[in-house]
This record gives sequence, structure tokens and C-alpha cells, in this order.
Amino acid sequence: MDKKEYSELVEQTTPRTKEGKTLLFAFAIGGLICTIGQGVSDALAALIPSFDAKKIGALTGVVMIFLGSLLTGLGVYDKIGYYAGAGSVLPITGFANSVVSPAMEYNKEGIVFGLMAKMFSIAGPVIVSGVCASVLIGVIYYIIGLF
Amino acid sequence: MQYFLTYLKVFAVGGLVCTIGQLLINKTKMTSARVLVTFLLAGAALEAVGLFRYIEDFGKAGITIPITGFGKSLAAGAIEGAKQGLYQACTGGLAAVAAGLSAAIAFGFVIALVSKSKPKGA
Amino acid sequence: MKKGRQTYILDGKVYISATASIAGVDEGNGRLRDFFDFVIDESEFGCKSHEKAEIKLRKHAIESLLQNASVEADEIDAIIGGDLLNQLVPSGFSAREFDAPFCGLYSACATFGQSLATGALLLGGGAKKVICCTSSHFATAERQYRFPLELGTQPPPTAQRTVTGVGCALLTSERPKNKCPKITSFTLGKVIDMGLNDPNNMGAAMAPATYETITTHLDERGVNADYYDLIVTGDLGKLGRELLCSMLGKKYGAVKDRINDCGCMVFKEIQKCGLGGSGAGCSSLVFCSYLYKTMLEGGLKRILLVPTGAMLSKDSSLQGESIPAIAHAVAIEM
Repeated sequence: MDKKEYSELVEQTTPRTKEGKTLLFAFAIGGLICTIGQGVSDALAALIPSFDAKKIGALTGVVMIFLGSLLTGLGVYDKIGYYAGAGSVLPITGFANSVVSPAMEYNKEGIVFGLMAKMFSIAGPVIVSGVCASVLIGVIYYIIGLF
Repeated sequence: MQYFLTYLKVFAVGGLVCTIGQLLINKTKMTSARVLVTFLLAGAALEAVGLFRYIEDFGKAGITIPITGFGKSLAAGAIEGAKQGLYQACTGGLAAVAAGLSAAIAFGFVIALVSKSKPKGA
Repeated sequence: MKKGRQTYILDGKVYISATASIAGVDEGNGRLRDFFDFVIDESEFGCKSHEKAEIKLRKHAIESLLQNASVEADEIDAIIGGDLLNQLVPSGFSAREFDAPFCGLYSACATFGQSLATGALLLGGGAKKVICCTSSHFATAERQYRFPLELGTQPPPTAQRTVTGVGCALLTSERPKNKCPKITSFTLGKVIDMGLNDPNNMGAAMAPATYETITTHLDERGVNADYYDLIVTGDLGKLGRELLCSMLGKKYGAVKDRINDCGCMVFKEIQKCGLGGSGAGCSSLVFCSYLYKTMLEGGLKRILLVPTGAMLSKDSSLQGESIPAIAHAVAIEM
């Protein structure tokens, strides 16, 4: 049996993801987390009327990140992730999870070379690509603004 | 009723964004970090071409709570800064997400200090 | 005596005179719970890290093996074996506890097969008592090969779960008082790579190497597939086992009821462990508990143990390498 034949056999035999179920869970839990975010945002706007929409938005992010970090620390977030898939990865709580989980995992190697050094081993690409994109967009807008 | 409708829209848009993410995972075997990067860049791109605000007006937290909102803030900060000069064009993005990033790092540090990762039962 | 290119027939006597097994929490809740010598009640086993726990697990397993066989550590000619971690940390670090020569081995999850084969050769070279010990731990393997434990990821449908556990066997050249299984021959496997590159589907990557080793063994030893009561592979999981059966079926006819897989035997269906168990400790844990005890009781007379391994690392996958796999076959008979 050559490589091509074998990979065809594997392709046929491999069990498929239960597509419908994963999509449904991602939709429900992702939607729920966003709804909680909206609730937090509305509550903050009512509590701190002096803040403008931008600050309320940033503060909502902070609260959600806190919740995501806390649930990760309590060992709950990965259980949610088992069912929710992208539904718990994509919300900002999932970003917090990807920052906290490696930091927790490596805290046994010490604070500096373990916890701090590994904190962005998964979320690092998000920061790097995000900052690079924002600089690029800023520079393009600046150049366009010159004319 | 007004509130109910808003929350329903948030739920639907948020759920839809995550469903697209799940489709990507199912079809391309992407890892979570790749999905996060893809959606972050998508958010930044939508803001850069000026489309993000239409989705945000409709879906509110449904599009800003997912990582697309983080990308939007980065892009929006840079666009805002570009009006003032090249220096602000480069720093505006990170300044706009300073709160979220500081929160992630500070909470992450404290929580990782006091908690232990455990394998979950099978 | 070497026969053919890869097979060794042992005319000398290689007895497996005792075994010991320690299982993790979930393995203890699985199908084979009654066969393990000891089941730990939490994953860290009272240690500060999971790596330290794996070292302690090995130490305890070897100590209870010495106790089971009523042998002192200074009578042991060599402790050989391995695990999945970089630099074989659990193996080397646990060996410092014993006054015996140590030899670390690596064939990924096929290390137990390599250990039994090497042990048999050592006995042929004059050693009297050799301990073969391999282990794996879910938490240490996750950290090294995959993601942090607390990261919320969804396992793909082909994923397997690394077994937490240690199995160790004492090989002796002298016939023990009680009747016990012997190693009668073994076949060293070749590294086979069919170009698959999904690190979450190792069963499919390992099945061709397993097929190659099994057919080579049967050919070179000159026996048919029904010579063995059971051909038991290491950690192919459900998918790998199915692929292996369909390949073997073409050559030997219906063999499915004679083929089983240690990974498929460990967990219950409701434990949601994907396609089954995996890891260097998977085949050793199952052999040293269930299979060995069944052989002693006469339930199985002749088995071919074929531990299987995928020789990948996290970095090799990221560099775009496909997954090379290996399997060693060891014939064990009463």
C-alpha cells in the first residue's frame, strides 16, 4: 500500500466531528457570553454615568477579562471550552484564558522564567499581530491624511 | 421589550461570530491561537475599511466582546491617532487597548500565582 | 538466535517472573480497575508538580515489583525503560533511588516493547535479573506535546488520552518457583512514515508500522496469525485498530477477534477519552496488570504484544514534518 492509497483509507475511516452539535454549542455559549458582556456594559453605564461609551467599552472588557481569568483559575473555563469550542475561545474571556492558563501551568518553574516568561506563549501571536496591524493601519491613514 | 430585543440581537450576533469560528476549527483543524489571530485581524480590517460600526450598531456586545472587538479598538485607536501625527498613528492602537491588556496581565499574574493547574477527570 | 532480518528467537530462558502496576485516577475508574496493584487518588500523588509525581510513581512501582518478587535492589543487574518526557526525566530521576545499573530507552509509546527486547538480550548476555519499566502521565504529556491543562480547547474527534500509569516487569534467567510467562521471540520494528501529519490522529499514523512489524514477525517466525491467542497492540486506539484490522484482513482473512489494543482496553466508553488511551505507560500498564494476570490464570496461552509509538515532537510538527511511527513485537507464551 503506498502513501496515497493509505491516506485515502484513513480519510474514509476517520470519524467526523459531530458538526451540528459543535456548532450549536458554539452558538449558544458564545451568544451567552456576549449577552453577559452586554449586561455588564449596561450596568457599568448606569453606575458610572460620567464615562463616555469608549471608556465603558474598555471597562466592560476589563470586567470580562477578570471573569475569564477567575474561571480559569478556578479550573472551570477548560470544562466550558470542552463543550463550547470557539464559543468560549473567541470572546475576550477566551483571550484571558489563553493568557492565564500557560502562566498557571508554568508557575512551578518559578515566577520569572516560569509564570512571567510563559504567560504569552499562546496569546503572544494575538498581541503581535494586533499591534503590527494597528501600526500599519495608523501609518496608512496618516499617509492618506497628508493628501 | 426594547431591552429584550437588544439582548436578542447581541445573542444572535455573538453566537453567529462564534459559529463561524467553530466552522473554521472543524474544517481546517485550526488551533485556538490561530482562530484568535484570524478574528482579531478581521475585526481590525473591518474597522479600517469602516464597516465595523454598522455591525456594532446592530449587534453591540455581540461583536465587541469577541476578540474582533479587541482588533477594532486597536485599529480605531490608530486611525484616531493618525489625525494628530505619525507618532500617535503608531501608538494610538496600543493606547486604546491599554486597559484590557493591563487587566489581562495583572489579573493573569495574580491568579496564576495563587492557583494550580489540574488535569480534569475523564 | 537471529532468524530473518528483524526477528530473534530466544532459545535461552527469559521468564517474566513478576510484574507491578500503578494506575492514575481515571485509569482506576476504567475497565481494568480490579487488575491494578495500586491506584493513586490524585494526579499529583502528593508532589509539587506532575513531573515529580511521575518520578514518584515509577519509584513506587519498582519498589512494589521488588516486593512482589521478594528481591533486593542490589540483586538487579539493570533497570531499563523509558517514558515520554524530554531527557527521560522520570526514568533517570527515579533510577537514582535504586542501587542498580540503569539504561534509558526511547521508542515513544513503543518503549515497553523495546525494553522487553533489550532485557531479553541482556539476559542472553549473562544478566540474571532485569527490570523493564515504562511510564506516562496525562498532565506531563499534555504540557510537553499539547497545551496547558487549563486552556479551554475542544479535543478533535481523533484525539486519544495519555494514560497515567506505570507498568514494570521483572525478567529473570532462572525459572521461578511458580509457572510464569516467557518471552520466546521478538521482532524489532522499522520506522515507517506514511506521510500523515495530524498530531491529533496518531492511531492512523502508527497503524502501517504496526502492520509491517506484525507481518514481518509472523513471516520470519514462520507461524500463522492464529498461532497467537491474542495480538495486542500498544495504543492505536479505535481508529488505528480498525485500520490495522482492515490491512491484516487482506492478508490473513478475518482476524478482528484476535486483535485488541491496550489503548482500547483502558477506559470505559462513558469516560469520554476520545478513541482510547495512549502513552508509553499504556501498553506496560495493561500488560503488567490485566494481560499478565490473565496469562497466569490460564486465560491466554500465547500473545504477541506489539507496543506502538509515534516518534513526533511538538517542534517537528510545527516544522511541517510528517509523523514517523514504530512498533516492536514481543511474543509472550506460557
